[in-house]
Amino acid sequence: MQETILEVNGLNAFYGRAHILFDVGLKVRKGEVVALMGRNGAGKSTTMKAIMGMLSRTQGEISFMGNPIAKSAPHVISKMGMGFVPEDRRVFTDLTVLENLEVGSQSEREGAPHWTAEKLFELFPNLGEMPHRPGGNMSGGEQQMLTVSRTLMGNPYLVLLDEPSEGVAPVIVEQMANMIMALKKQGLTILLSEQNLQFADLVCDRAYVLENGHVRFEGTMEELAANDDVRRNYLSV
Amino acid sequence: MSLLTIDNINKAFGGVKAINNVSFELPRGQLLALLGPNGAGKSTCFNMLNGQLKPDSGSIKLEGVELVGRHPRQIWNEGVGRTFQISATFGSLTVLENLQMVLLSRDKKLFRLWTPAASYYKKEALVLLDQVGMADQADRACSVLAYGDVKRVELAMALAHDPKLLLMDEPTAGMAPKERNQLVMLVKKMVIDRNLSVLFTEHSMDVVFEHADRMIVFARGELIADGSADDIRNDPKVREVYFGSGKSFEAA
Amino acid sequence: MTLSGLLVQLLNGLVDASSLFLVASGLSLIFGVTRIMNFAHGSFYMLGVYVAYTFVSHMGESVGGFWVAIILSSLVVALLGALIEIVILRRVYRAPELFQLLATFSLVLILQDLALFIWGPEDLFGPRAPGLTGSIEILGRNFPQYNLVMIVIGPAVLGILWLLLNKTRWGVLIRAATQDREMVSTLGVNQAWLFTSVFALGCFLAGLGGALQEPRIPANLALDLESIGTAFVVVVVGGMGSIPGAFLAALLIAEVKALCIALGTLHIFGIDFPMSKMTLVAEFLIMAIILVIRPWGLLGKPQAAARNDHSAEPPLRPSLPIFKWCTAALVLALLLVPVFEETFPYAQIILVEIFIAVLFAASLHFVMGPGGMHSFGHAAYFGLGAYGAAILVVTWKLPMELALVAGPLLAVLGALVFGWFSVRLSGVYLAMLTFAFAQIVWSIVYQWDDVTGGSNGIFGVWPSDWLSSTTALYYLTLSIMLAGILILRRILFAPFGLAIRAARDSDLRADAIGVDVKRVQWVAFVVAGLFGGIAGAIYVFSKGGISPEAIGVGRSIDGLVMVLLGGVQTLFGPIVGASIFTWLHDSVARETDYWKAVLGMIILLIVLLFPAGIVGTLSHLWHWVKHHILLQTKKEEASK
Repeated sequence: MQETILEVNGLNAFYGRAHILFDVGLKVRKGEVVALMGRNGAGKSTTMKAIMGMLSRTQGEISFMGNPIAKSAPHVISKMGMGFVPEDRRVFTDLTVLENLEVGSQSEREGAPHWTAEKLFELFPNLGEMPHRPGGNMSGGEQQMLTVSRTLMGNPYLVLLDEPSEGVAPVIVEQMANMIMALKKQGLTILLSEQNLQFADLVCDRAYVLENGHVRFEGTMEELAANDDVRRNYLSV
Repeated sequence: MSLLTIDNINKAFGGVKAINNVSFELPRGQLLALLGPNGAGKSTCFNMLNGQLKPDSGSIKLEGVELVGRHPRQIWNEGVGRTFQISATFGSLTVLENLQMVLLSRDKKLFRLWTPAASYYKKEALVLLDQVGMADQADRACSVLAYGDVKRVELAMALAHDPKLLLMDEPTAGMAPKERNQLVMLVKKMVIDRNLSVLFTEHSMDVVFEHADRMIVFARGELIADGSADDIRNDPKVREVYFGSGKSFEAA
Repeated sequence: MTLSGLLVQLLNGLVDASSLFLVASGLSLIFGVTRIMNFAHGSFYMLGVYVAYTFVSHMGESVGGFWVAIILSSLVVALLGALIEIVILRRVYRAPELFQLLATFSLVLILQDLALFIWGPEDLFGPRAPGLTGSIEILGRNFPQYNLVMIVIGPAVLGILWLLLNKTRWGVLIRAATQDREMVSTLGVNQAWLFTSVFALGCFLAGLGGALQEPRIPANLALDLESIGTAFVVVVVGGMGSIPGAFLAALLIAEVKALCIALGTLHIFGIDFPMSKMTLVAEFLIMAIILVIRPWGLLGKPQAAARNDHSAEPPLRPSLPIFKWCTAALVLALLLVPVFEETFPYAQIILVEIFIAVLFAASLHFVMGPGGMHSFGHAAYFGLGAYGAAILVVTWKLPMELALVAGPLLAVLGALVFGWFSVRLSGVYLAMLTFAFAQIVWSIVYQWDDVTGGSNGIFGVWPSDWLSSTTALYYLTLSIMLAGILILRRILFAPFGLAIRAARDSDLRADAIGVDVKRVQWVAFVVAGLFGGIAGAIYVFSKGGISPEAIGVGRSIDGLVMVLLGGVQTLFGPIVGASIFTWLHDSVARETDYWKAVLGMIILLIVLLFPAGIVGTLSHLWHWVKHHILLQTKKEEASK
């Protein structure tokens, strides 16, 4: 069994006075693609943001590659080799494709896939055709690819991928699935949040199911497929 | 005659056509679903119907009255209610006050400066809240409600001035399946009881196929299909652009 | 007017454009990345002039020495800026917009007293630039050589900034951060140092702008507020965060002013239009026009919604009986104050001042709390009410009672006009437009000698005989204040009060239920203007007159401080805030020459320690205590 790259224990998160996450615990091992599942508002994005250090009020332990990061700022966590792709894309619309990549670029990291703009353009030929186009003049799908590429430029060990299939047409969803499988082959570890069971089935090894900020299930995709209760109660199936 | 007649509307943003020659009609007492992938022009279409955007050309008529060029609040006055994708209520007002606001607006009493607002329309507001099952939370602030409850308050607000047409942008996003069904059944009941017409967008196919009387499908700004659940399911064009070819994405 | 005269004026315009641009570009840069409208930017400019005065006096005898001194001065200012950013501003980046403005305004106060402490109150004339003391001849007129250098520096700095922002990694990061700071930090960029570097660069530009003025103008303590007003205008007209926009705007404003001077006095239809007097108003008129035509400025983009989390505000509830009783007791105590005149001879006078401040703060709170519109120019209505009343009494010889009623109508008129424009904007833009209108009122008052008495103001405006005693005036002010507060409160609970809060919470929803949001906000503006005007009118009679200083930007800021000090989320907040502020102001000013610095420190402490304001903090504390006691009791019950 591979080493654990990310471990979360007893994670609680708050927005103002509202308590959003309750003692969330999860583990991701090197090379895995793990799904964080649940409905809108279940706490998937909050979990990701908490891991990435983007929330001001959290409690609990988070360790990444053996280092505690629960109190670290996002840029410190990013420098340790964790990448984050937000659900709402958030490309820098005034910056060109190359400039967007420049913002994300970090030095090479041992044991992580090394990315350059050229390599990314091979993975996403669309982007290679428009290196000088401002991010704001791109289609939704292209922006999504740019956001992923921008994060990969930091040569991360682990990428948090927030709802890659949210709100996009099934045809695009299939492209996203292919991309994730390609990244996995390169040796990247991925934690992705997802509502769509079919999508998760296609690309993930294991899943955690959240409901109202609690982890309600953890196991392999096969186990999840076999568990009708969890699927009916906590997923929109 | 149809309640709503949309004739050849167009809208472009910076040269990109968001809506291209779209026409359709909505008769009274029908629950019409508007489907399509993100970016197909659903929201643009909605925003033109309630006046937030002005079409570049074409006409939108409600019972023969032209709506193009009118302000959202004038269109509301003509009898068009609306709910938003990200629910918009007045967070710092109580649930009851949210409803009172609509009723005060309906009767043009917003500029009254003296008598406390609490004394206006309390009963009527509570009846409306009761319809959506929110009467027991009337005194809570909207900002502290659960997400599904906010959606129900929003629905009550949209229905408060007894509209002829209700526009609902993803009314059930983020709700649990049980809640989701309750909400759509409630809307369906209004459609039947009040002869209300509803146009709604929805990502959840089970909701659409179970409750909608009819559906239309948008893709890249064009209307590509219009018909019953069976027509849509079997439409090859729709399958291609929306449901995808992968077997794993077979619609409900 | 001759052609050569016009040409020289246009060249002067270019000189002014350069110096305007230097200050404004720094302000725009800082706003673009940190989203902070840095009120203290003018103070850094002022310090640039002072520091350059010192350096050039010591080492500026050679050409090289002069320019080294200029650069060194700018670097000193940049360093000070970096220090302030690290120590203070880092703590307010997450605070609501208004608190940031307040924090930077407290810096204005502190830095001004710092300059007073180091350089003293006298104007300081510095040495001129060696090698550039002569002038050249243009169409028979002399034009200073140094000014030619100034003309070149503006575009040169624009070019350097452009290269820096577009051709360096630092520049790319800055542009990315301007758009989405959070994303930049998740990509491994340490925002803190990015912000510090931007702030330091912005301050460097302000310092440079100031230092370059050293040979042209005397260093003095009024330069900070003078320059910040114009710099705001340039940034807003150009579009917030846009450097080329700032350049265009600086050019436009400087040249329009130059034209006004060149035109002199125009005679149209037999009426004299003193165009040269228009210069004070010109920039604000340009801003008002541009903002209405292009709300985001010449080259700006729409801004994200302001971070005023009003929608999480608790609903307004009727007062608890205990609160009503407390209020009644307080009013009774206030009624009894004149009885103890001999023990506290000063009490009535300070209380009258407090009552006026309370009414002023409550009227401002009405528009900025429930109304959600952050007015930075509420002094305009105070001023219009005050001057309205004063002119009616002194010039028209009307009795005080009538003037007290009619004076505020001028404020209503002002609010009708200014409000109509202002409600078309939101956030920082609205704040700046209200600021501009207040400056226009101030400029008109300051310049219209025949009617307003110009810089001297109007004096000898005393109350009618039956109200002339201290006690009578005390009761009059108390009753007007109480009536004002009760009426404002009543309106907030009425349908209209519901409507303005609704319009603030979600204009989208308000619009979709048939509410004419702009009209609602306009009326809110007018109501606030009326009560602000009433406060101004009583002020005139309590002081026996009015002068431009009393209605300047300071008054607007005092009002904001009062409201925020008390807490913007509660109706009682502005009352407490105004009382404490006025009392502090009065007692601190009597103790020290550096009262501004002390006041600045107090404001800073409050912003850093009590961001919810005094009443807000107390009410949070109360909820916390209640919650914990409740929890305790529940636990005890459970254990039984």
